[in-house]
This record gives sequence, structure tokens and C-alpha cells, in this order.
Amino acid sequence: MATQHSRSAARLMMAPAVILLLGWMLVPLTMTLFFSFKKYLPMRGGDLGWVGFDNYIRFVTSSAFWPSVTATLVIVLGVLFITVVFGVLLAILLDQPMWGQGIVRILVIAPFFVMPTVSALVWKNMFMDPVNGLFAHLWQAFGLTPVEWLSQASLGSIVMIVSWQWLPFATLILLTAIQSLDSEQLEAAEMDGAPALSRFGFITLPHLSRAITIVVLIQTIFLLSIFAEIFVTTQGSFGTRTLTYLIYQRVLESQNIGLGSAGGIYAVILANIMAVFLMRIVGKNLDA
Amino acid sequence: MGQIILEKVSKTFGDVEVIPPLDLTIEDGEFTVFVGPSGCGKSTLLRLIAGLEDMTSGTLKIDGVDATHVPPAKRGLAMVFQSYALYPHMSVRKNIAFPMRMAGVDKAEQDRRIEQAAAALNLTDYLERRPGQLSGGQRQRVAIGRAIVREPEAFLFDEPLSNLDAALRVGMRLEISELHKRLETTMIYVTHDQVEAMTMADKIVVLRAGFIEQVGSPLELYHKPRNSFVAGFIGSPKMNLIEGPEAAKHDAHSIGIRPEHIDVTDSGGQWQGKVAVAEHLGSDTFFHVHGTGLGETLTVRATGEVGYKHGDIIHLTPRADQIHRFDASGLRME
Repeated sequence: MATQHSRSAARLMMAPAVILLLGWMLVPLTMTLFFSFKKYLPMRGGDLGWVGFDNYIRFVTSSAFWPSVTATLVIVLGVLFITVVFGVLLAILLDQPMWGQGIVRILVIAPFFVMPTVSALVWKNMFMDPVNGLFAHLWQAFGLTPVEWLSQASLGSIVMIVSWQWLPFATLILLTAIQSLDSEQLEAAEMDGAPALSRFGFITLPHLSRAITIVVLIQTIFLLSIFAEIFVTTQGSFGTRTLTYLIYQRVLESQNIGLGSAGGIYAVILANIMAVFLMRIVGKNLDA
Repeated sequence: MGQIILEKVSKTFGDVEVIPPLDLTIEDGEFTVFVGPSGCGKSTLLRLIAGLEDMTSGTLKIDGVDATHVPPAKRGLAMVFQSYALYPHMSVRKNIAFPMRMAGVDKAEQDRRIEQAAAALNLTDYLERRPGQLSGGQRQRVAIGRAIVREPEAFLFDEPLSNLDAALRVGMRLEISELHKRLETTMIYVTHDQVEAMTMADKIVVLRAGFIEQVGSPLELYHKPRNSFVAGFIGSPKMNLIEGPEAAKHDAHSIGIRPEHIDVTDSGGQWQGKVAVAEHLGSDTFFHVHGTGLGETLTVRATGEVGYKHGDIIHLTPRADQIHRFDASGLRME
């Protein structure tokens, strides 16, 4: 696409896609902004006019706001930590030559194909149920009182369920990265006198830094908006109300579109703050 | 000290015997080159010495001490890899410091050795750069620097120059030779390039399919190849091997004559043929001659500029004292 002519032709042909995507993004964002400045109660009078920043003030001064931010951060950071640490370990394990490697790899990736709603229900009913769950049976086998996972350790349970879903993704990305590591580098380090743990720390981990960055960035985007797992397990109770869930409750349970929209704008801001931080902390890995 | 002795060392991968039991002694301070066509087991042999592969049987002694089951790090050997195997996320300084850091050498001593190695290898200006910012030759020197600072018993080089361009290769060849003269440490060098072997080695080990075909100094191998394989492998261009009636005249199954040992004349030669290709290099001229009745092609080297061209009929005379005779199994006959 070197000539003036071919460049403008290219622009012309790309235009429909770009306009469609831009519209897809801008229309909901503008509507959210629009509603966030209105008092809009569908069941209780509909559009009640402009209210300025009232919704924004009400949303942050509500006693549910800060706990929801904390819950969001705990879930995101917890899942990131678990998936990255176990993802690296699993990737190293799967990189070892072994019998039935292909099948094992597919099995490891499998959880990623299970829909969030389904996996959360499976966890809730088959594992975490305090009466019939597998964990309850396991605890009883050792003579212990079964834990009521979703009420006593609600946040931890959600982190566990979501980690289970995202671990395959992290493992997959990290496995491909680990496979691209030049084995001569490891051999050189071995000759240089580095024991296995040092080889991991000095060679493998730095080699994986870029892949870890990508895992962290992509997962953060998706984890900020998890919803189904909370919806089918705790319904936002026991401290598991994330920002996303709070907005849902404001819009659908309280039927307050204006307040929910203001929350949506806060969520956008929070996501951007996280994005800036992430770019600062880990983005430099992508340049190298 | 860096004497390395291999006794009955063998290696099999599954059912494939890559290296049949072999014995080899590498004396302290010697520059030994393993040379052979690709797949001859020369790299495997080096990796066995390094300890990166386990031997199937046999013993390895370094300085008289059995090192067969000693892990690679404890053998006191430093290796330079074909891909250089530099650590991409570390600066040149950290790369060179790495083996000392692992060995727990104190910081001042580390810096002293790094400065010394960098000065010797012209790397002083590049110490803070990453390997990715260096050229092929500089990376090669960093890899050598990383090996030097360990002050090893012996250096192992695994085809270190094969990723460099021709001009750099000649330069690095000289640098490695100089380094050996200066350090007087044992070096084992693997290559498939017989020119590298001839120019650098004190001792060449020619390998084929895991077997040692001949061990000797470069000129021994050149003048007295033990068999027709070594005769064909050492020397450039390749030795002409002639079978049939012409060989029978010398009571041999085949005879070998190097291109540089054939004289070219306009007339009156022992053999005659038609020039198929003439390669004029200025210092030398190579002729590939067809239709001599001795075999496919005969390669001849004439010194300086000789004006024959494609299609010319030329006369060739081998120097009688430079004819190598081989029996039916390819072995040299005296």
C-alpha cells in the first residue's frame, strides 16, 4: 500500500468496520453518560429530569460503595496471583516430555470451555454444598465440621471458582512461552554452575515476564467485570458484592437507571486507573 | 591443568548407537578440534565431556580424577554454544558475571575479572548493553568472555563460528587462536569446517558416524591421511580419488592426488582433459577438468593467474611423490 491511491482505497474499505466498531463503543458509553445525569426510575415515574452530579455523589456516599471496590480488587488480585503462580508451575510441568502429553494438555485447557454460569453452579452444588458437596464429605471423612464455603469464606470461594476458570488460559499462554525458551540458555546456565532453582529464577522467569504481562493485562480486563459467578452463588451477599454487581443491583433491583449509570462511569474510571497502573508496572516488559 | 581422558566412552539414544566405545586423550593445554560431516557425533561427544549428556558406558577423567558422574557445573569446564546462549534480559556485564555470581566470587574480584576479560575481548564499551543490541561477532565475544572469567580447566566450543558471516569468521578464528596462545588452556573445538580445523588445531580428531577415523596434527592429516575418508575430508579443494586402471598402475585399489599436486601444461602431460569450469581467484586458479578418462571430474589448482578457459584442452601431470595409495577397504598403503 505504497501509493496515494492505494492508501485512500484502503481507508475507504476499512471505514465501515471502523465506524461500526466506534459506534458500538460510543453509543452505549454516551447513553450511560446521558442517564447518569438524570433521575430515571422506570417503575416509579420514569424520567424525572436532570439532577446534575447527584447520582455520582449518592453512588460513592452509599455505604455499599467502598466495600464493593475492595471486593473487586480482592477478587482481581487474588485470581491474578493464583493463576500466574500456578500457571507458571503447570506450564513447567506440562513442558516436560511425558506419555499422553497431548491428551493431558487438552484436559488442562478444558475448564476454559465451560461457561462461567455452569462452572459456578457445579462448584456451588457439587463441591461447596455444606451437606452434599464433595468438600463436605472430605471434611467429614476427617471428622471435621464441613465449612459453609459460600457464607463463611465467600470471597475466597469466588476467587477459587474464578481461578479455576482462568488457570487454563494462563497455563496455555505461559506454556507456549516456555516452549520458546532456548534450551542452550538453560544448558549454559547449568554449565555456569546455576542449580535448578537459580536457573528458574534467572533464566526461565525473566523469559516468561512478557507472557506474564500479557496474562495479567488480559485477565484484569475480564476479571473486573465478572458477574455470573457471583450471580449464581452468593447473589452479592457475604461481602462478595463487586462494583459490577453493585451496579446491577442499582439498575435492576432498585430500578434506578440514573444511579446505576453513574456507577458504570465509576467502573470505567476504575478500569482506566488499573490499566494505567498496569501499563506503568508491567508495560515496560512489552517494549523490550 | 586440563588433561581430559576418555576411556571406552559410548553413547546410545534408544536403539541408535551414536558413539561406539572410543578412547581419546586430550593433553593439557592442547587445542583439539573435533571435525567431521554433520551427524558424525562430534557435538554429542563434546556434550558428553561437558556433562550435558550422560554416557552410556565408559569413564571420563579430568586431570586424572574420574568425572564420569560429576555434574556439569563441577567439572570446571566452560562451554561456548553455537547460539551463544547469552541471557537476553541481562546486560553484557551481568552475563559475564553470571558464572562468578553462581560460584559466590566476591564483588571486587568479579569486577576485576570482568574488566580484564572485556579489555581482552574489546567489549569495554558494550558492558552495559543487552545482548540484543550487539552484532553477531560481539555476542560471540561476550560468550567467550563468560567462559574466560570462570578460569576453567578447559574450554569447550560447539561450532561457535557457524552463525557468523565469512569475513567475521576469519577474524574470530584468529582471535580464538590468539586467546589459546595467551591462556594456554586446553580447548576442545567442534566444527564441520575443515579450514577451521586445519588453521586452529594442535590436534585434529576426524570423526565419522561416531568412529574416530584419525587423530593427528593438521599436517600429519594432510600428508598422511590414514584412509580415503580423511583424505577426502581434509584439504580444500578436495583430493581427487581415482580408481580403476590408473590406480592399478600403482598397485592400489584407488589413488588420491590433491589438486595442488597436479601440474598444468599445454602439452606433453601424463593425462589430458577439457576444462569445464575455470575459477579465477587471482592468487590461484582452479580448473574442473572433464574427459580425462579417470573419473567424473578432476580438480586442479594452478598458482597465480593461468589463462585457460572453458573448453580448452589442458595436459596434467601428477607429482609422483605426492600420490596417496589406498587399498580396497580405503586404508592407506605405504
